[in-house]
Amino acid sequence: MRGVDRRSIAGKGPRAERHVPLVVVGAGAAGVAAAVEAARHGVETLLIDEHPVDNDMMAMDVPLCFGQRMQPAVRNRALMLERVVESNPALAGAHDAGVDVQLGTYVWAAFVGGPTAQELPGPMLGLADERRSWLVSYDRLIVAAGARDVLLGFAGWERAGTLGASGAAALLARYRALAARRLVVIGSGALGLHTAALALEHGVEVAGIVELDERVRGDRAAANALAARGVPFFTAHTVRAARGCVGEIESVVLAAVDGQGRPITRRDREVACDAVCVAVGLVPSVELLHLVGARLRFDGPRGGWVPDVDGWMRTSVPSVFAAGDCAGFHDAMLGAPEIAHEQGRVAGLGAATSLGALDRQEAEQRRYVGAAPMPPASADPFGHWQAWLRSLIAASGWEVNVCQCEEVTRRELVETRPPRYLKWDSPQMSARSLATLLRDGPVNQDQIKRLTRAGMGPCQSRRCREQVGLLLAHSAGVAVEHIPLPTFRPPVRPLPLNVLWPPDEPNAMREDWVSWFGIPTQFSPHWEPGMVLDEPTAHARLIVSDE
Amino acid sequence: MTTRGAAVVIVGAGVTGLSAGWWLARAGVDVLVLDKGIVGWEASGRNGGGATHVYSPFGLEEQRLWPQMDELLGYPTEHQPFRIGVALSETQLALARRWAEIGEARGFRWELLDRRQLKELVPIVGDNAIGGTYLHFGGHANPQRTVQAYAWALQDLGGRILQHTTVTGLVQRGGRVTAVETTRGTFGAEVVVIAAGPQTGLFAEMLGVALPLAPARVEMIATEPIPLMSVGGVAGNGLYGRQTLRGNLVYGGGPHEWINVPDMATPEHRNTPLVRNLARRLAELFPGAAHVRMIRAWSGLVENTPDGLPVVDRLASPDNVVIATMSSVGFGLSPASGRAIAELVQHGRCSFADLGALALARFADTPEDWRERAGWIATRQELELAAGGDG
Repeated sequence: MRGVDRRSIAGKGPRAERHVPLVVVGAGAAGVAAAVEAARHGVETLLIDEHPVDNDMMAMDVPLCFGQRMQPAVRNRALMLERVVESNPALAGAHDAGVDVQLGTYVWAAFVGGPTAQELPGPMLGLADERRSWLVSYDRLIVAAGARDVLLGFAGWERAGTLGASGAAALLARYRALAARRLVVIGSGALGLHTAALALEHGVEVAGIVELDERVRGDRAAANALAARGVPFFTAHTVRAARGCVGEIESVVLAAVDGQGRPITRRDREVACDAVCVAVGLVPSVELLHLVGARLRFDGPRGGWVPDVDGWMRTSVPSVFAAGDCAGFHDAMLGAPEIAHEQGRVAGLGAATSLGALDRQEAEQRRYVGAAPMPPASADPFGHWQAWLRSLIAASGWEVNVCQCEEVTRRELVETRPPRYLKWDSPQMSARSLATLLRDGPVNQDQIKRLTRAGMGPCQSRRCREQVGLLLAHSAGVAVEHIPLPTFRPPVRPLPLNVLWPPDEPNAMREDWVSWFGIPTQFSPHWEPGMVLDEPTAHARLIVSDE
Repeated sequence: MTTRGAAVVIVGAGVTGLSAGWWLARAGVDVLVLDKGIVGWEASGRNGGGATHVYSPFGLEEQRLWPQMDELLGYPTEHQPFRIGVALSETQLALARRWAEIGEARGFRWELLDRRQLKELVPIVGDNAIGGTYLHFGGHANPQRTVQAYAWALQDLGGRILQHTTVTGLVQRGGRVTAVETTRGTFGAEVVVIAAGPQTGLFAEMLGVALPLAPARVEMIATEPIPLMSVGGVAGNGLYGRQTLRGNLVYGGGPHEWINVPDMATPEHRNTPLVRNLARRLAELFPGAAHVRMIRAWSGLVENTPDGLPVVDRLASPDNVVIATMSSVGFGLSPASGRAIAELVQHGRCSFADLGALALARFADTPEDWRERAGWIATRQELELAAGGDG
């Protein structure tokens, strides 16, 4: 028997608290359909959803941009749980099908082995609620994590009241706890119109829909219905600023634009409102898919980075499936939850089949009974987002924060300035910028993040990731798709140390823990060659010797 | 095809290679640094940032240079002086004292802190702390910012860096390396420095030189910012790390995973549930920050020699090659190690440190299966050995 390095991870691999054949992440239309389908074929299935999210998380704009417009009622967890369940009748069906449904549970990591992580006994998820975290291992994983808002800043967007469309929709429909009375919606595409209609339905006044283009982009009938209810449309307008007192939004200043999206002087108008909802588009939530190592590719019309999936919604990682918005978001999916539902059902069927719960022939027969699982691709939204960004820069300038957490302005980003708190100034530094960085290699958002800190804050770049990418593409003159996907790292939800910590640890983990490798000669003083400085562990006192 | 080479070509734009290149460029030497990726993208840019290695032959030079680095480079490194060691047990206190005494032996000052003094300096320590040490030497810096500072300063002095350029071969003629082959052409060189981290051993092998190196994966975590402490370089409880100038607590430690690096491609950087154990250790070290949120984690790949000490040596044959691996402790020592390498390149010797203990010759008799003997092997390899695949 050879000696194993006791200070290494060998033999201390983590153990999951529970093993489930199938875990489904996300209890939207796709996730519930997937779980129900798999359970129907006898697969033991765990369905996890993070809603209701606690108030502290919401206040950080995690996982969606809630813009501090939560009613105090969101602190009432039991009430919110009731409302979340009420708003999602399909959950009852999942219960009935025998699915283990866990709400209010975060999936903060997906851990998978590889050449550099061989001690991991198998793939596992890091889960947590407000009090503790635990690990669950699985045979199959279906990610149905939905989509996130593309946020674009304007002067004053840090004020309470700047929401994303998904955040607003969650507060309106799921939590019934939106603390806003007069909403201005940015964007007149399917998402903007959908959000405006949802607001009206919940008794929130829509003070205007702002559109950069000369015409409303979304469905004409939907727009007419909104107009008939008195919603004003401000086409050929951009946003100059949000204004208000004590950190609140009390109005938004809109600027009329010319055919190129440039503001026309002295054509501003101020619209009173207490919330501004950015509803220009969504991007798939691919954090977990990235962490499991699923191959992602850039598909503009489906919202950017999406997983490669086969006809069973199976990703390049054979044990992982993706369904719904996170597999590629498209405007047509907004008003048609049956698309996500079908994708989920197919993924559930695929997962169940791959687990041997039903034979392939039967699965094939059941595969497409509903809507086609993939909507036809439409226009690439990235060009439109770029146009919005250009107009916002023209209307609100370069001193607007692109990253709120770290307070990095557009200018500081493209000048690759070190953070302001360093108070650093040198001629050398002033001569450096994105342009000089480009001489050394292609744009890399992670590298610029490290230099400027844009995207390094507690919201984990949820509010700035897309606009930083768009701004870098704009300034570097490259297409967004040529910027590599900035990495996602665990924890993909910001959780307290005393929630993430394991309540107990294997003895070996505690007893043999050292700060570095525990090589006795590594830190020995060079003037005493051969001196041993053995870092103490639970068993060993500090050993200093020249043996 | 031979592209424009340089007097000195450095393989690897990690912190050691970049520092060496910067010192050479300062001396007016035409230098070219090649890297398969982005500058400082591996362990050099993602470590604990510690700069307190007075035990090393480079230790005094490290201490002398760090306070000047911002000015010398012209870019910020976020260097901050001093270290505080927190002890939660008598054993931990003994270790912290030992570190302090090593500094004392080199003429540096330190004091022992009782719990009250410790709490005044580090308000987030708890009643579980029994005391600590205050080192009036050492310090820490921001690894990401520092590697970029070296790279930019090197360019400002006329040196060149080629990123995304993987070295694929070393051309030898007449007992010397005359050129470096890459995915972007061949670059002629009078002297070659190999400072390629875990891959350094593979390059040595190309030259018929055995350099025993074992790569490993280690992990770190970072929290959201908390109010700045007067000294950010606080560590203990089996953790290394610091509070950044932004306020984040950034710490690592605990078990490493031995791995294999089969080729020039960098294996993926994976995190594991070890991040939870790190969270626990950090909350034990700083009970006052137990409620703080972890917002990031990452892993890095580092390499170790059998004795954990660097190899910084000019080869006997081919005689125009300098090999440098810092054996997993490279960042803090980089101002000094780079200067030593530059001197080896220019003069064949180092003026400020005795590199005897860092010579490659000490491994002349290291057996080929030294990793197996030490137990420094990857799990899969271990299983194969257990199954009788040995030999």
